[in-house]
Amino acid sequence: MPLLEQDVEVVNKFGLHARPAMTLVQQAGQFASKIEIIKDDLTVDAKSIMSVMRLAATKGTVLSLRAEGADASDAIGALVELIASGFGELDQA
Amino acid sequence: MKLSEIMITKALVPEVQATKRDDVIKELVAAMVDAGAISQDETAAVIKAIIAREKQATTGIGKGIALPHAKLASIKKPIATIGLVADGVDFSSLDTQPVFGVILLLSNPDTPDEHLQAMETIFKNVQREMFRKFLFQAKDVDSIVELLRESDDMN
Repeated sequence: MPLLEQDVEVVNKFGLHARPAMTLVQQAGQFASKIEIIKDDLTVDAKSIMSVMRLAATKGTVLSLRAEGADASDAIGALVELIASGFGELDQA
Repeated sequence: MKLSEIMITKALVPEVQATKRDDVIKELVAAMVDAGAISQDETAAVIKAIIAREKQATTGIGKGIALPHAKLASIKKPIATIGLVADGVDFSSLDTQPVFGVILLLSNPDTPDEHLQAMETIFKNVQREMFRKFLFQAKDVDSIVELLRESDDMN
């Protein structure tokens, strides 16, 4: 099973607040791979909203995404794109 | 951040009377006003902002918890209250289940980091099954306050 890891910075002003967190969890849920997000010494399940909100990732935070499974590459690609694009909120920055 | 730093104890509502989502939000905002946490003049704007946010995407995160919230310039620091709905209320939650614990959070748009910290504090607790269990069982303000204090001590 491929195991991939990639860093991505949170770029939108409000950070990973509830709405983008839910979008992220929904996107993550579309992949079969196990997906984790790591911030410092905290590792959370990207498919659980309760878990993802624990990150309290502010603008400028660098998160590591780790995916393990057949579609790991697609999963990492989609989630990195989502976070790096500021969840479509960059006009508010 | 601790729950006790953001919770307006006087605005806790152990027995929410309303049965519809928007009415529950209104009841909790009214409790915030009665507690002196927000001014009477702001009531309509606060309610409008929270409901507008709720319409964008549900804050019903599942497991009987919803976190309606809004950012308003008049709010200096994050403030929150909890309403318990014994029969459950429909928040169009992610898991389609009714909500028994509504945690309403208000924060300032210019301090998004504080908002995230407040959210993190809330999520840290509501993700624990024991916290939810004791919260849903709480029948009065004192038992909620006791739960909040014990939870803060654990973290």
